[in-house]
Parts: sequence; C-alpha cells; structure tokens
Amino acid sequence: MKYGYFPGCSLKGTGRAYEESLLEVLRALEIEIQELPDWNCCGATAYMAVDEIKAFTLAARNLAIAEKQGGDLMTPCAACYLVLVKTQHYLKEYPKVRDAVHRGLNAVGLRYEGKVKVRHPLDILTNDIGLDAIRARVKQPLKGLKVATYYGCQVVRPYATFDHQDYPTTMDRILEACGAEIVHYPLKTKCCGGSLTGTLTEVGARLCHILRAEAKRQGADLIATLCPLCQFNLDAYQDKQPGQWFEPVKLPVVYFTQLMGLAYGLSEKKLGLGRNIVSAAPALRHRSAVTTA
Amino acid sequence: MQAIRQMIKLDAERDRGFAADIMAAPGGEQLERCFQCGTCSGVCPLSIYMDYTPRRVIYLTRAGFKQEVLKSNTIWLCASCYACTVDCPKGIHITDIMYALKQRAIRERLYPRAFPIPVLAREFFKMVRSTGRTSESWLVIRLLMNTNILKLFGMWRLGLNLMRTGRFSLKTERIRQTGELRRMLDAASGK
Amino acid sequence: MAERSNEIRVGFYICHCGTNIAGTIDVTAVAEYAGKLPNVVVSRDYKYMCSDPGQELIASDIREHKLNRIVVASCSPLLHEETFRHATQMGGLNPFFFQMVNIREHNSWVHTDKAAATTKAKDQVRAGIRRVGFHAALEKTRVKIHPDVLVVGGGIAGIHASLTLANAGKQVYLIERSPTIGGHMAMFDKTFPTLDCAACILTPKMSSVKNHPNIHMWTYSEVTAVDGYVGNFKVKIRRKPRYISEELCVGCMACIEQCVFKQPRFEDDFNQGLAKRKPVYIPFPQATPQVVLIDPEDCLYLKTGKCKQTCLEACDRNAIIFDQKEEIVDLEVGTIILATGFQIFDPHRTPQYGYGIYPNVYTALEIERLVNASGPTGGHVTTRDGREPKSIGIIHCVGSRDDNTNKYCSRVCCMYSLKLAHLLKEHSGAEVYNFYIDMRTPGKGYEEFYDRLLQEGVQFIRGRVAEISDWALTKEEEGKLIIRCEDTLAGFVRRTPVDMVVLSVGLEAQPDAQDVRRMFNIGCGGDGFFLERHPKLAPVDTFTDGIFLAGCCQAPRDIPDTVAQAGAAAAQALALIDAGEIEQEPNTAYIVEEDCSGCKSCIPLCPYTAITFDETKKKAVINAALCKGCGTCVGACPSGSIRQNLFEDEQIFAEIEEVLSGV
Repeated sequence: MKYGYFPGCSLKGTGRAYEESLLEVLRALEIEIQELPDWNCCGATAYMAVDEIKAFTLAARNLAIAEKQGGDLMTPCAACYLVLVKTQHYLKEYPKVRDAVHRGLNAVGLRYEGKVKVRHPLDILTNDIGLDAIRARVKQPLKGLKVATYYGCQVVRPYATFDHQDYPTTMDRILEACGAEIVHYPLKTKCCGGSLTGTLTEVGARLCHILRAEAKRQGADLIATLCPLCQFNLDAYQDKQPGQWFEPVKLPVVYFTQLMGLAYGLSEKKLGLGRNIVSAAPALRHRSAVTTA
Repeated sequence: MQAIRQMIKLDAERDRGFAADIMAAPGGEQLERCFQCGTCSGVCPLSIYMDYTPRRVIYLTRAGFKQEVLKSNTIWLCASCYACTVDCPKGIHITDIMYALKQRAIRERLYPRAFPIPVLAREFFKMVRSTGRTSESWLVIRLLMNTNILKLFGMWRLGLNLMRTGRFSLKTERIRQTGELRRMLDAASGK
Repeated sequence: MAERSNEIRVGFYICHCGTNIAGTIDVTAVAEYAGKLPNVVVSRDYKYMCSDPGQELIASDIREHKLNRIVVASCSPLLHEETFRHATQMGGLNPFFFQMVNIREHNSWVHTDKAAATTKAKDQVRAGIRRVGFHAALEKTRVKIHPDVLVVGGGIAGIHASLTLANAGKQVYLIERSPTIGGHMAMFDKTFPTLDCAACILTPKMSSVKNHPNIHMWTYSEVTAVDGYVGNFKVKIRRKPRYISEELCVGCMACIEQCVFKQPRFEDDFNQGLAKRKPVYIPFPQATPQVVLIDPEDCLYLKTGKCKQTCLEACDRNAIIFDQKEEIVDLEVGTIILATGFQIFDPHRTPQYGYGIYPNVYTALEIERLVNASGPTGGHVTTRDGREPKSIGIIHCVGSRDDNTNKYCSRVCCMYSLKLAHLLKEHSGAEVYNFYIDMRTPGKGYEEFYDRLLQEGVQFIRGRVAEISDWALTKEEEGKLIIRCEDTLAGFVRRTPVDMVVLSVGLEAQPDAQDVRRMFNIGCGGDGFFLERHPKLAPVDTFTDGIFLAGCCQAPRDIPDTVAQAGAAAAQALALIDAGEIEQEPNTAYIVEEDCSGCKSCIPLCPYTAITFDETKKKAVINAALCKGCGTCVGACPSGSIRQNLFEDEQIFAEIEEVLSGV
C-alpha cells in the first residue's frame, strides 16, 4: 500500500534523524511512501497566531496536493499532523473558513474535496501493519531497555481518534513488541513547551527538565518521542542554562523509529543515532545481547 | 516600604463588544458557558508562569476587560497543547480562543515591544510568505535580531552541538511555487 | 337528554378571558358573526366562560333552546376542555358533542394586529362550528383495576412504597434482583445530615417488609416480561436458584465456615471488591432474607461436579439443594412501581483521576465500606497497600457536570463528600481536603452540616481537579499521589500531595435501563433515567398509565426525597386501586372490520403495542385500553379502515375547508 508523505520543515532540518530512521523502518516493513511534490510549510502554531484564514489556506494547499497524488497522507511531525487535521475539521464545520480557503485554492487552480486521510505513523503501524508484523521483523529485541514513551500533546490532542487523548498507548505497544520495557510515565502527554525554549528559554527549559527528571525518577534509561520539536527541546537544553536554579538531569532522547530500527538490526548511523546531542550509546548498552536470528 | 496601589474597575473600562467578537471567531462559541471551575488552569503546564491563568482570561474576556486580556502574557505563553480544551467540562475551545486573542493582539499591536513570542510569530509569518518553508536557523537569527541580539552569542554552545551532529544548516529552504503561494494567501483573505 | 333530531342546533360561546382575548380580538363582532352561521341557534360572548355562571349558561341554554352541539371559543383544551365537556353533560347532552376552539394560545396571545386577529378568530370559529356537526356521541371506556401491586426494586424506595401499600391492605409483590433487599442504602455507613447509621435506620424497615403479611418479598428474582395495560398487567418473574431452601435456612452460616475453600477467594460485590468471599456467602450480616446463597460460577461442585461438599454435612437443616432450578412465575397486578435505583459512575472512564492506575484511588462507595464497622477493615481506614493515610483528598464532581461524561449534577455528591470528610477525619485523624466547584447543600439541615464541617478543620479548595498522578517535584512529594488544580479562590495553581484519593462519583441510570424501560413500555430521558410524565406536576407518573416511578431510577436524589417520592408513587397506585376502575378518554383508534384487508402494516407502527392480529378472522384488532390516540395507524392504514374517534376524516376535512374558505 502506498502512502503520501508529508515531512514538514523540521524533518528536513533539526529533525532529520526522525526522517532518516522512519524511512529505514518503512523500508524494513516494505511500506512505500511518496513525498508530496513542492509541499509548503504547514504553519505550525506560529502562523495560526497571526492570521487564521491564511493559516488554514496554507495547510490546505498541502491537502490539495495530497488529494491529487492519492493515498492516505503519512504525517510524522506532530505539529504538521495537528494543523492538517484541524484544517480538515474547520473546513467541514465553518462555512466562513471553507469559503475563504477555497477562494484561495481556486485562485491558483487547486482543488480540495475533503477526501484525504491524514495519518500519523503510529496509527499506520498499529492499525494497517499490525503489532504481529512489527514483532515478526525484530532481530535484536530491546530487552533490558527501560523506555519512557513521550507522546507530547499535538498528536493526541484534540483530534486524534487512534489513541486516548490523555493516556495513549500505541507507541508503548509498538516498542513492547520490539522487546522494550515501558516504564510508568505520568507526564507522557505533558507539553514540552514547544517553541518557548527558543523564545522564553528559562520557561521552556524548565518544562523539559521536569519531563526528563520524572522519566529518570520512574526508572527510564531513555525517552522515546514522536515529535521533532519535542526531541529537540528535550535533547538540546540538557546543560545548565544561564540563570537556571535547578541541577540538570541528563537523559538521552530518541525517536521511537530509531528504537524500532535498532530492534530490526539496522545500522545506527543510518538511523541517525549520531545526531543526538546527548548520546544514547550509554543507555543502549543496557540492552541484553539477545539476538533472534 | 511597598508602594500602595489602588485597584478598582469602573464599568466604563469594559469593552462590551469584546466577548461577542471573540465568540464570533471559529471555536469561540462556547465561551459563555464557562462556570469557572479552573480545570484548564489546573492542567495547563504553563499556567504557573502566566500573569492571569487561562480561567481568569476567559472570565475577563466574558466580562469585557479587553485591555487586561490582550496585554497579559497568558495568551503568548499558551503552547497550544490542547490539554485544557480536551478536559474542559463545558466543551470550551480554550486553545482556539487563545489563538483568536493572539490574532487580535497582533492586529491591535497590543503586546510589549521586543516580546519574543509575538515577534517569532511575525517572523515565521513573513518567512513562510516569502519562501513557502521555514529555515530554522534563519528563523532563530531573525528572532534574536528583533529582540535580544546578545542572546544569539549566548547560544554558541547549542550552535556547536547542532553543527557537530549535522543538524545545523544555513540553507534557505524554499518551494518552487512561491508566487502561487502568495497569490493563494491573498485571495483567501479577499485581497 | 336532548331529543335526537336530524337538525343540528349549535350553541356558540366566545370568552373574553378578561383582556387576554378581548384585548386583541373583537369578541362581540365574532359572536355576532357566529350567530349568522348555519346551524347556530345561540351565540353569546361572556367575560369568563370557565367560571360557574359561565358553565351554567351552557347548561341552561341546552335545556332552554334544545341545543345538541356546543362550541366554546376560548383558551387551550388542555386547560378547560374537561370543564366545558362537564358543563355540556350537566345540560343533559353527551359531553363529546362539544368542540373547543383555541383563540387564546393560538390567536390573541401570539398576535398584535387586532384586525387580523379578529378575522383569524372568525375563520377558526367557522371551522369549529362546522366540525362539531360531525361529532358523534361517545362513551368513556372503563377499565377495572386489579388490587395487587408489583414493586420492582428492593432499595429504600421500593421498601417504603411496599410498606405504605401493604399497610393500606393491598397485596404487594416486591421483586429484588440481588439476594437481599436494602439496595445502596445498606452499603452506606452514616447518612447525611444527621449522621444516622444507615443500617440502623434501614434494617427495621427491612424486617417489617419481611414480616408483613401483605408483602411477598421475592429476592434474587427478576422481571422478564410485562404484558397488558393499566389495571391488568401480566408479569413474568424469574426466581433464580440460590441452591438453598429459603424456608429451611436460618442463616447460621455454618456452611460458609465449612466450605472447602478455606480462604475467601472471590470478589465480594457488596464490599465493592475490597474484600473477598467464598462461593457460599451471605451479602452482609443483616441481609434480608437472612439466607445464604451459592454462586454457581464460583462453587466447585456446581462447576465441576467434584467436591467433598463439606457444606452439606455442616447444615443440620438440610437446606442446601444443589439441584434447585430456576422458577418462572406468572403474576397479575393492577399497578407497577419501578424503584430500580442507580449505578455509580465508573471512574475508569476518567483516567486522569488515576482510578485503576494507582491503587490508592477509591470511589466514594468503596470508602463507605471502608469506614463501616462491618466492612472489610472493620472501620479502620487503611490504603490498599496497608498504610494509614496521613492526608486524604476528596474530589467532587467526578462524572457529573461534565460534557465529556454526564452533563447533569448528581445532587447528592456534595453532601456525601462532606459526610465522608467528617467520617474519614474521625476514623483516621488524617488531613482532609475537599476539592469542589460549587458547594451544593440545599436540603433541610444541609447548609448547617456544611457549616459544621467548616469548623472541623477540613480544608476546602475551590478548583476542579485537573489531574492526579504520582509525578513528584520535590522529595516530600515522593510516594504520594499529587493533586494538581487551580485554587480559584486564592488565585494560583497548587499541588497537594495525599496518601489516598476519594472520587465523589456521580449517579447514573442502571446499565440495563434501556432494556427495562422497553420491557415496561415507558420512556427514558436524554440523561438515561426513566422519564416522568411531567417534571413538575407529575413526577412519579410515567406516560404509561398504571406504572409509577420512585427513587433514583427517575433522577439522582437523596434519601429524604426518595422516601417522599416512594410515598407519592404508592399514593398514586392507591388512588387507582381504591377508585376500582378508571375512565379513559375515548379518542382511540378503531378498525372498521369489513374494510380491513389483514395487511398488518399497522401492527409494528403502534408505539404502545396496542394492535394485535386476530388469526382466525385475519383482521387487526385494537385494544382500546392501550391505545393513546396518537393517530399513527390511522394515517398509515392503506385501506383507510382505521378511524379515530374525535378525529374522524369528515370532522378534519370540515375544519380545513372552513379555514381555507376565508382565503
């Protein structure tokens, strides 16, 4: 089955390890994807703060391109996922928005008829591929590795239907199928601060510190994420920031696709594990040397 | 000795149409139903940094105290995590109301000068209009140039880390159809 | 009796209704206009037709002018149709030769243009006068009421209703699904606001029920089918096997002692899963009847056939009967009272409060058992991991006042939360926090109870709790459950670490409420509770005559209101029984047998299941006692063989023609 693929700006920039590991895993699972031609930025949270109608139109251009290409649209970045799904909802529920967006699309010869299904890789892996198929390809189970699964906010809230909005478990199940032990992590959907680490660093860094500290306190070796901004925030601000009053907590933060790739015996370099600012190598040593041929 | 301040609100300070305006924005319809339970503030990870908690902002909006609401840092600290919206027992789309308030504050230029968050929003907006995509490094540089250039130099360690791991790029990402994008955006706004 | 002649002689009366009608409609003009219409013999306008002199006017006119049809143009039939029909009857005429024309709610109250309103009134009146010419004499049907009563549900509502009816000398069949009567009240420790011991005030009533000669108390029994209509219900009851003889067992519990299961192993429902029981058990020490029962799912012998059966030896009354079978009994009753109670909200649905995730999060009902002296811990307050809590948080409004779960307020939770705060403080000395949105304490002595709690050192925090988790920010918070909420009155967010959390869960309709209501042919509201006939004026009646509601099955309420409502339901039943028979409005549908083709289209359409098929005649038959005159079958019948009294085709067409003729 072929999926459309919408990477978003981050996956080509600071989040390129996400794309690298995702593509590796998709190849191992024989899932075909096709990147949207000439896709534009989804607008994320910043664009919506300035002009709502333009924000929805911006996102709708991608939906129009995806509809023309055909197939469900795989959207790994949490912010892109939220913006695209929100656009779909607003187009359906608010005639004011629908009319303006279609006016914009029509002016450049684009059409969108509401037929695209925007899906996160967790949804596709859980519901289309299935845990059995995922488990079947594991060569080096992640036994001995304690993982805190961190979903962040924008994939599960407010529109996701494939998992619970406050207590999701799809990533937990996938990583368990790869042999990892999932620790109890009450902050699994607590916001990392998003762009606040860049604008109000003292606030953003504090939120990220709380997330890491609690994961460590609950016994995790590392944190698995599914959003490029979450990974960046949790990874890049682990040193003591200027003016910070609390002691830093170091904990490696990886993408869940990187863990899947490791379980599949794929190359660490190809999975982008070298791109972690705080290296995951020491934590990964906790794995027992178990190989299933 | 602490300065003594007076706080009393006269009815003339209320903007009676403000609540209706915000409720007219998509997502703002349920605002009137708020019974001030405080769930939104309780679940919000940023509420402890806000000058008015989300609950108070909804209350002040409903009562028409526009100046207090738009000048607060609350609307900018909202990270759009939607936890409040999902848990609100009255189905109020608080996050979307925050967006509407952000848009209103930018339109009326009611935010402190050089406050990084609205500046970031505007730089993001400009960059996407110009190139169709965002180039992260350039976004940060432009943000700091417009707020606090010294901070840029303070981020040397982060810059080095990003370069070391191959996550730093000064390339400007752009789409091919930038003209089409601009025409599309203008047409949608009715220009 | 007026002499029957072919001549239609109409008496027309238009009411001023003070200024309600006369203020907008020119009533004199309408009266004058009506006087000139065909068949109208008398035409009057009067200030207040519904008054005694007004009614007397009708009666005397009938006699004097030999009228045989009456039309009154005034208010809504809902208000005074009965009044004027009665006046008509007083004049010696069949009351159904009367027609009412609504020129108040349908005219003067909704229009401001006086000229247009008057013209419209003339159209309405013309239609009514022509229609009434097609009216026929009708008789109200009479239905006899069987004196026995069925009470479904043995909680405090069912108990009180049964005792009231039994004391009035009626035979009552009290059917209770669980092995004992007592319902939820038997599980409570103390009741608000008096802090009476629930069992102490309930058990005497339970005992009265058991010993009352007029009450047939059938526990461990269910209603499986209901047929019939008011005064004549035919009910099937399934009596489930206890595997114990109710007559022989005296509740000595020797069998429980001697059961091959040395330790209790199965979940004890009465103690909300906080304790375990053996396969042979008694729900609680004061269970009524005081008889044990065996759960066939848990009993070794009943499941596998292989067991030493030490219970048989232990019982010196030979009360254990392993081959006891279920019994189906048929009952005939005249009235039914539903008192099936409620279930609590399941907090698994709100995982943000941690129920089922963290062991020390409890529902209020679990706490009732915990603080109860005959509960699983003998009244000792300990957490599931055996510690004594130093701090306890009580969370109000779980599953209530919430678009995501139940929109309504469950009415009793604020009061029981205060009660539990008091009891927990008394039993444990812990610091108690109540997290609330509003404090709802409206009943007698309730506000005073709140005042008392304020003086007992309980901390009140106004803020709906957002989340409860074991996320610890400081050393002091480790190992505790952290309640995070905005303290709205103080104006900041705060974190409260506690050892134990109590969720004040709301009340919901029983899980099988939809099945039950279909069986009894009544309705449910949007909130899932059984629907009353009128929320203010008929709170215990249902839309099905003869079936009444009592207690929480209709809406959440506390014990005083439940008992009051149970008494009201019993009174409604008594009113019917003592009247002996009731009259029914003859607006029923009837089938013209010759025209019926036996196509059966009407049968599934009837919302009151009033139509059956006569296999011998191959014709449909309408039971007039069940028919409510909704008209669905009348409209649907392809051969037009179903007609409706008071809404005959000719009558309706006459009205339509006259209304349109003014156009």
